[in-house]
Amino acid sequence: MIRLHRFHGGIHPPTHKAESTRTPIMSAPLPAQLTIPFRQHAGEAAKPVVQVGERVLKGQLIGEPVGAISSSIHAPTSGTITAIDLQQIAHPSALPDLCATLVPDGLDEWGVRQTLSYRQLSSDELQKHLRRSGIVGLGGAVFPSDMKLRHPIVVDTLVINGAECEPYITCDDMLMRERAEAIVRGIEILRHALGTDAVLIGIEDNKPQAISAMQRAVDDSSHPFKVIAVPTVYPGGSAKHLIKVLTGVEVPSGKLPTDVGVQCYNVATAYAVHRAVEHGETLVSRVVTVTGNVEQPRNYEALIGTPFSDLVALSIPKADTNRYIMGGPMMGVELPAVNVPLVKASNCVIAASDALFPPPPAAMPCIRCTRCAQVCPVELQPQDLYWFAQSHNFGKAQEYDLFDCIECGACAYVCPSSIPLVQYYRYAKSEIRARDHEKRAADLARERHEFRQFRIEREKQEKAERLAQKERAAAAAKAAAEAAAAIPTPLEPNADAEDTQQMRIDAALARAKEQAATAHPRNTEALTPEQRAEIEAIEVRRAHIHSLAADAGADDEPPKNSQGN
Amino acid sequence: MLSSPFITRPLSVDRIMLRVLYALVPGIALYVWYFGPAILVSIALAVTAALATEALMLKLRDRPLRPFLSDYSALLTGCLIALSIPPLAPWWLPVIGSAFAIAVAKHLYGGLGSNPFNPAMIGYAVLIISFPHEMTHWLSPQGVGQSVLSLGQQLHYIFTSALPAGMQLDALTMSTPLDTLKTQLHLGMTVSDIRDLPIYGRLAGKGSEMVAAGFALGGLYLLVARIIPWQLPLAFLGTLFALSGVFNLIDPTHYAPPLFHWFSGAAMIGAFFILTDPITSPTTARGRIIFGIGAGLLTFLIRTYGGFPDGVAFATILMNMCVPLIDTWTQPRIFGKKKEDKR
Ligand code: SF4
Ligand code: SF4
Repeated sequence: MIRLHRFHGGIHPPTHKAESTRTPIMSAPLPAQLTIPFRQHAGEAAKPVVQVGERVLKGQLIGEPVGAISSSIHAPTSGTITAIDLQQIAHPSALPDLCATLVPDGLDEWGVRQTLSYRQLSSDELQKHLRRSGIVGLGGAVFPSDMKLRHPIVVDTLVINGAECEPYITCDDMLMRERAEAIVRGIEILRHALGTDAVLIGIEDNKPQAISAMQRAVDDSSHPFKVIAVPTVYPGGSAKHLIKVLTGVEVPSGKLPTDVGVQCYNVATAYAVHRAVEHGETLVSRVVTVTGNVEQPRNYEALIGTPFSDLVALSIPKADTNRYIMGGPMMGVELPAVNVPLVKASNCVIAASDALFPPPPAAMPCIRCTRCAQVCPVELQPQDLYWFAQSHNFGKAQEYDLFDCIECGACAYVCPSSIPLVQYYRYAKSEIRARDHEKRAADLARERHEFRQFRIEREKQEKAERLAQKERAAAAAKAAAEAAAAIPTPLEPNADAEDTQQMRIDAALARAKEQAATAHPRNTEALTPEQRAEIEAIEVRRAHIHSLAADAGADDEPPKNSQGN
Repeated sequence: MLSSPFITRPLSVDRIMLRVLYALVPGIALYVWYFGPAILVSIALAVTAALATEALMLKLRDRPLRPFLSDYSALLTGCLIALSIPPLAPWWLPVIGSAFAIAVAKHLYGGLGSNPFNPAMIGYAVLIISFPHEMTHWLSPQGVGQSVLSLGQQLHYIFTSALPAGMQLDALTMSTPLDTLKTQLHLGMTVSDIRDLPIYGRLAGKGSEMVAAGFALGGLYLLVARIIPWQLPLAFLGTLFALSGVFNLIDPTHYAPPLFHWFSGAAMIGAFFILTDPITSPTTARGRIIFGIGAGLLTFLIRTYGGFPDGVAFATILMNMCVPLIDTWTQPRIFGKKKEDKR
């Protein structure tokens, strides 16, 4: 038996998992319409490769990856693409994002399914296949799974995360109970690609059925994987904490698990890998828990793009439901609207009411009781971070490792003063990021300004030199002329003619440039409103910096890198 | 829109304070048993003054009254002040102490959570410096004094400072066991001679040792219920025990034994109820140990060599000053920044 390790802190909130595990996973019916965002993974959004009006088959590529960290998006069923435009998505900002709208034809007809024999595959080939199949981490982080196989990484332990520590969520639990064999096959594919021997499957001990199902599947497969029951404690499913519990290794701050020779995948991801490799199925559906204030809490296997409202309706929300949370109650986000689509990251929807999640009482001052520090799994001093964040002492907050905070919410859960601690940390982090951003912009502006000063200085010198030369030449000519025959020679026509000429050319060039700029709109059309908003914010900041520079006495030219975005 | 976490299950500030108040009950009960009900009057006075001052200050500072009045923190401050001054004191003594503690030591420093010094100990310090005479008339435990006052007579004295005809204050009161020890040692007596005096019991002062034991009992409850961190009382009592133990071993005629120190004066109430005030003590585990050791050391030094009979209050205030420094020094390493990972 393997010796388990412990991490500091953690909490034991009521799990509320029994409600949604009473019935098997149910296949959700085909919705009338699917909305498929092109950004469902960490990294760059996928680029649409289908046209409006085009008929697509189930599993067909509709968005291809852009850049290194990106993934593919597929049609979840067969039907017609009726729109590619901005739609509201499950993001707390409520900003719309680029989505494809798909009206199913009801046939659910698969396109080409490319199956592979993983034993013959090199890791590179498998990476390509996973990227093409749109496989991303289904534990919530949606990091492209192919990236986690990138060489050169040396991994001696593969950790499979079946902890599922957040209350209410049971999709991994049900998947392990019902499809353990497929998960084990997926794990074997990943193990093969990583070339590791040790495989540790960590499952919290509040899921005895999942543990025994997985154990049975491992025994049947005769792979030497270890299924390990880990103590139930929130946030024991955080990858770094599960790795610590299983291996005793602490992934250093700011490093990746692979830096200590460990790689970690979620059980649902392993399942998706199996489907992609051995059945050729791209990632077009997932299991999602619908629970909370509903009559029939349960898990659904639903197509990506299904409106949450469809799923919620299947579970029949109770009358006093007044909002919906995607994810668990500790780290989830409130949905801006219930008709936004299911995405790869959606593991759970909780119907919430004020009775179920009572709004917290008004915050009181911090009494330095350190109950927050006692439960912080990162061993931070949340009360100090709070103090620095609320007094805008961001430098200190960073010094006290603000950016190591995983926003698990354990601190806020126990705070006797009901201080919304995590909100303060999010706020401080975003402020710090914005300031770094601004600082870089300001540095750039300063550099540009200094360069311009230097250029003006140089031009002045050159001009002075030219003038001096001309004067010398004129004086010499005059002297020569006078000396020669006293024939009056006109001076050079205009000492500045050359410069005037140059100025005229410059002006013409500038006009041409201006015209070009208005004729060709800047390359910002294909951007999301989020990006546009960001660009606008940057422009505003630039303008501000520019006006500051102008006030300081310099009539700096407008920054001309607007095409650089 | 709310953001995560959507669930919380805190032990709220008021419930924490309430538990601390419950934990004072055994000590107070024994106090009444051994010294009569005067202490209850004194507590009532101090608490009333504390709450009234709290309300006034909240009003002046334009803060909501209800959440802060119902957090029981002012109530606790009042109780602690009443328990640290002589029970048969004129009514204005607990009132001034409480009012000063709440108005100056708490609210002028920013109110709940922002005060660097323990308000109750500041209140006590002000009283012992301003009214040293009134602060020395401690009631004798019942059966030791030459005469005993009824509750009515005690009330009468508290509010009018008038004793029943023919009674002397000195006949009712005594100086504390710690004070007596100090004075008698100066007069050349040995520790064991002094402890044969009638005011001493088995461990320390008669009656007061039992009150201290009552506070220790309440403190153990707080430890078990995880209301207070264990490092503070352990480091404090441990240091006090070790120091007095060493001195007592070397020279038992001039230095009182460790248990005498433990069960005298404010050692027990200090260890479990005063040093453990979260607002004015360090937030790190190592910091708390340093804080406890420092307070134990200072208490012993003040008791043994200082000008005041007890040292807990001043030790607390002095250590309160060091808290920001201690906190900065003892920042723990966070997850993923440990020195060595064992594999
Ligand atoms: S739990 Fe709340 S009150 Fe206690 S120290 Fe932390 S932030 Fe302050
Ligand atoms: S949210 Fe951050 S500070 Fe709070 S417990 Fe989690 S990791 Fe620690």
